[in-house]
Amino acid sequence: MPTVSVKRDLLFQALGRTYTDEEFDELCFEFGLELDEITSEKEIISKEQGNVKAAGASDVVLYKIDVPANRYDLLCLEGLVRGLQVFKERIKAPVYKRVMPDGKIQKLIITEETAKIRPFAVAAVLRNIKFTKDRYDSFIELQEKLHQNICRKRALVAIGTHDLDTLSGPFTYTAKRPSDIKFKPLNKTKEYTACELMNIYKTDNHLKHYLHIIENKPLYPVIYDSNGVVLSMPPIINGDHSRITVNTRNIFIECTGTDFTKAKIVLDIIVTMFSEYCENQFTVEAAEVVFPNGKSSTFPELAYRKEMVRADLINKKVGIRETPENLAKLLTRMYLKSEVIGDGNQIEIEIPPTRADIIHACDIVEDAAIAYGYNNIQMTLPKTYTIANQFPLNKLTELLRYDMAAAGFTEVLTFALCSQEDIADKLGLDISATKAVHISNPKTAEFQVARTTLLPGLLKTIAANRKMPLPLKLFEISDIVIKDSNTDVGAKNYRHLCAVYYNKNPGFEIIHGLLDRIMQLLDVPPGEDKGGYVIKASEGPAFFPGRCAEIFARGQSVGKLGVLHPDVITKFELTMPCSSLEINIGPFL
Amino acid sequence: MEQGWRWELSPVHLLRLRHHTQDDDTLSPALRLDTFKMAMHTPDSAMADGPVAELLLRRLEASDGGLDSAELAAELGMEHQAVVGAVKSLQALGEIIEAELRSTKRWELTAEGEEIAREGSHEARVFRSIPPEGLAQSELMRLPSGKVGFSKAMSNKWIRVDKSAADGPRVFRVVDSMEDEVQRRLQLVQGGQAEKLGEKERSELRKRKLLAEVTLKTYWVSKGSAFSTSISKQETELSPEMISSGSWRDRPFKPYNFLAHGVLPDSGHLHPLLKVRSQFRQIFLEMGFTEMPTYNFIESSFWNFDALFQPQQHPARDQHDTFFLRDPAEALQLPMDYVQRVKRTHSQGGYGSQGYKYTWKLDEARKNLLRTHTTSASARALYRLAQKKPFTPVKYFSIDRVFRNETLDATHLAEFHQIEGVVADHGLTLGHLMGVLREFFTKLGITQLRFKPAYNPYTEPSMEVFSYHQGLKKWVEVGNSGVFRPEMLLPMGLPENVSVIAWGLSLERPTMIKYGINNIRDLVGHKVNLQMVYDSPLCRLDAEPRPPPTQEAA
Repeated sequence: MPTVSVKRDLLFQALGRTYTDEEFDELCFEFGLELDEITSEKEIISKEQGNVKAAGASDVVLYKIDVPANRYDLLCLEGLVRGLQVFKERIKAPVYKRVMPDGKIQKLIITEETAKIRPFAVAAVLRNIKFTKDRYDSFIELQEKLHQNICRKRALVAIGTHDLDTLSGPFTYTAKRPSDIKFKPLNKTKEYTACELMNIYKTDNHLKHYLHIIENKPLYPVIYDSNGVVLSMPPIINGDHSRITVNTRNIFIECTGTDFTKAKIVLDIIVTMFSEYCENQFTVEAAEVVFPNGKSSTFPELAYRKEMVRADLINKKVGIRETPENLAKLLTRMYLKSEVIGDGNQIEIEIPPTRADIIHACDIVEDAAIAYGYNNIQMTLPKTYTIANQFPLNKLTELLRYDMAAAGFTEVLTFALCSQEDIADKLGLDISATKAVHISNPKTAEFQVARTTLLPGLLKTIAANRKMPLPLKLFEISDIVIKDSNTDVGAKNYRHLCAVYYNKNPGFEIIHGLLDRIMQLLDVPPGEDKGGYVIKASEGPAFFPGRCAEIFARGQSVGKLGVLHPDVITKFELTMPCSSLEINIGPFL
Repeated sequence: MEQGWRWELSPVHLLRLRHHTQDDDTLSPALRLDTFKMAMHTPDSAMADGPVAELLLRRLEASDGGLDSAELAAELGMEHQAVVGAVKSLQALGEIIEAELRSTKRWELTAEGEEIAREGSHEARVFRSIPPEGLAQSELMRLPSGKVGFSKAMSNKWIRVDKSAADGPRVFRVVDSMEDEVQRRLQLVQGGQAEKLGEKERSELRKRKLLAEVTLKTYWVSKGSAFSTSISKQETELSPEMISSGSWRDRPFKPYNFLAHGVLPDSGHLHPLLKVRSQFRQIFLEMGFTEMPTYNFIESSFWNFDALFQPQQHPARDQHDTFFLRDPAEALQLPMDYVQRVKRTHSQGGYGSQGYKYTWKLDEARKNLLRTHTTSASARALYRLAQKKPFTPVKYFSIDRVFRNETLDATHLAEFHQIEGVVADHGLTLGHLMGVLREFFTKLGITQLRFKPAYNPYTEPSMEVFSYHQGLKKWVEVGNSGVFRPEMLLPMGLPENVSVIAWGLSLERPTMIKYGINNIRDLVGHKVNLQMVYDSPLCRLDAEPRPPPTQEAA
């Protein structure tokens, strides 16, 4: 969930009133936001770097507000204020207009070389904008927030904003060999080739995260003006030449990316948020984008879409009984201008370009419910009549757990993920023999594989509890995972029961007695006859030679029991003899 | 079954086994021995009918009014503690004696003080060791009292050092004789005449650690209302013989010490987190919810994300958040006609939706992973439900493990348990969802709820559930909920007027609150302390004021 940090006093000034922290928290809650933290720059720095560093920092109060991940229109102060003011019916939602320039339209020409690396681009112009320091900071911060969220860390979309007065169109969006791109990037004093830049930015804490997006591509995307000035090398860095400042009056905005829909949304959000500060408020100057196939379109789209939803549908989905007029009023408060039309039950809703999150009637229903107030909705119980059933395997597990504890064994809960070493090397097995599923992106060795046996978890539990009085009698009933090409995903869970006895003597007879007890509980008689169980001498690398038996029940092998091999005991950092039992309980359903 | 098959265990071997087991009982760590001792309900040292008690009673009978325990010990020539034991055991018998605790302060010599009282102070010993012709200082320093005695004797001006002597500094007597005042004073104290010393003199000796003030607790013992010199021998425990002979009727029994602890029974124990799991299962079953199979940790991206209308570029599908599989890397089978409907809904929309308008890739959907939520299992269950015609309403639940490749801290592990409830029926409303949640949380003992609008990719409307935490004095999130999106349900084939409401929470968080555990590693995994498992109480969720999670659900 993105967090937006705004200056409290600036926010209250824009809202036209002040709130106590509690009042504002309440307002946020109602609107679906969360006032996460009340802090200041000074407090943040002192928390992260100590009081000394924080000495000179500002102590202006900051509100950190959590915004739902799909509400890109609330990612800056301007949007938050507009949303809340409309919600509180203090202003009407502004109408955003795309206008054609008096002179020539700015053109962005896309060449076909971009196709393989970053094929889409859109653009727009904000004319006669008036920044202040706070507005400028908010403009930069919004781009950063969009980059981190909808732009997926610039992989899907990257934004470049430029001082149009320093450039001369038409602009060309192309892709070139890195060695052929040379320009002075933002915050540098001289020119570098793209190759050099990629090297320099490897140590840049901010930019190094974006390098991978183009790093190994033969061609890098780049935007030039008609004089060959580099505007930007998306998605990495803008040129220094066209950098914007607090004094910039005319801004050229380009968004390049791999997802056309999202590029258009991002452009719409930036221009709707900041056209507020243009001489002609909420108007945006169109720019023309020429595609490699020669066709062209003008942007931003700023599309308003009409949706029709029946009032009784909203009432039925939410569980309220409001008149269509009231529902239209509620929706209008959510920035969705609505009116009742037709037979008096139809509501026509206008979806503005800021609300890309509205993609279905259910999104409209939710907004009506939010405006109504979730906590004002009457709670009722559904009349759904059902008979409950347990999942048979879980039912058996629950029953067995209680009787295992009654037999004097203590239940443990160990991780389903572990290292290859745990299930293979330490048990004297080769990893290929385990048929384990392997994780491709583990951050540490603890998450290399899903366990194929419960035994390592139990032995690790004993190792962590060597100070406890002996004997230790532990068990676990849980799932293990084995590769299996007969299932849709190629792997299958098995419900295992594992028990260990750890003492100065191996206690095989105790583990064997436990098996007898389990079979008694499962109503499986001793003997090899149909339906019975028997154990037969066997061997396994985890067991001491001659002290291992395989368990057969209901005509199939269900597991093994025995005295653990001293090597296994040592590898799990244990010192005493230990016997164990592990069976698959699936066959006993 | 064949008997005697275990050839390797001879009778001798078995005997040894037994022996070992006994060892375990007697040699087990101190804890158990302590428990054992504490568990002795009868006084185990002072025998009320012992010889000391008898002597005490006789002396008391002869005494005029009473006697002092310390004086008696001195007279009898035994440890004071033994007399105190006798007093206590007689007291326990009722009104035989009365004992009043008195504490007196007394000066006593320390071990060093006693040595000095006996052999003289260090300085005197130094003085005496110096012959008229003097002694080399180095030699003097080697004497046992050398160092301390030298400086004291110097400051008393009993001796002097001649540094000009040929073979190093030499020490000579200055005076012919001296009074060993320290020894005299200590002997006074030893003779019980400490009061003859001034306060200043005593404190000086105390500073030199030769004297110490001790508090002596003694009893002033006098005859009780039921005084008698003849007390009968008390029985410790009832025996079968006493029962059969009836002798118990005439015998007095030693009183029990009910302040002692009992001996805990040998038993197995259930894990606290799984005890809570059992309670949650019970609650769902009481509410008529059927358990869904969640019997597959490995899931395809399709069921984990795509089927839930979670777009392929969603951050949750990032390598940083999800464990993907190297082997088996891809799902082998997907229900292809359903997959086509899901693909169309994502990339173009449909079922009243605009869709996400991006290029949906089958390869991405095939990628195997460790399920990040049990909602994947709910999706499978709902898909199966959709294939059954006609539609029948259902209530489903599940509690099982899920996996996240996220940064680990005190409250986050790579795996945890998710609790999920789902109701599918015609015409369910947000009010119904809130009603079911109210019932569910009431069963957990949580009654004060409020709901906050939220965003989940696969539910709309979505609401976070908050409960007021009395301890923290604030609203804390206890769960997440919503109505599944039509873009998820309709491609499955569920009828259009069927709504599905759902909610989820983690199992660990309420358990940590309930058992007062701050670090999740103390609750889950192999590093937990088994003592915590042994000691954990029953899980009765509604028996407590409130056990809500303190932070947002994982």
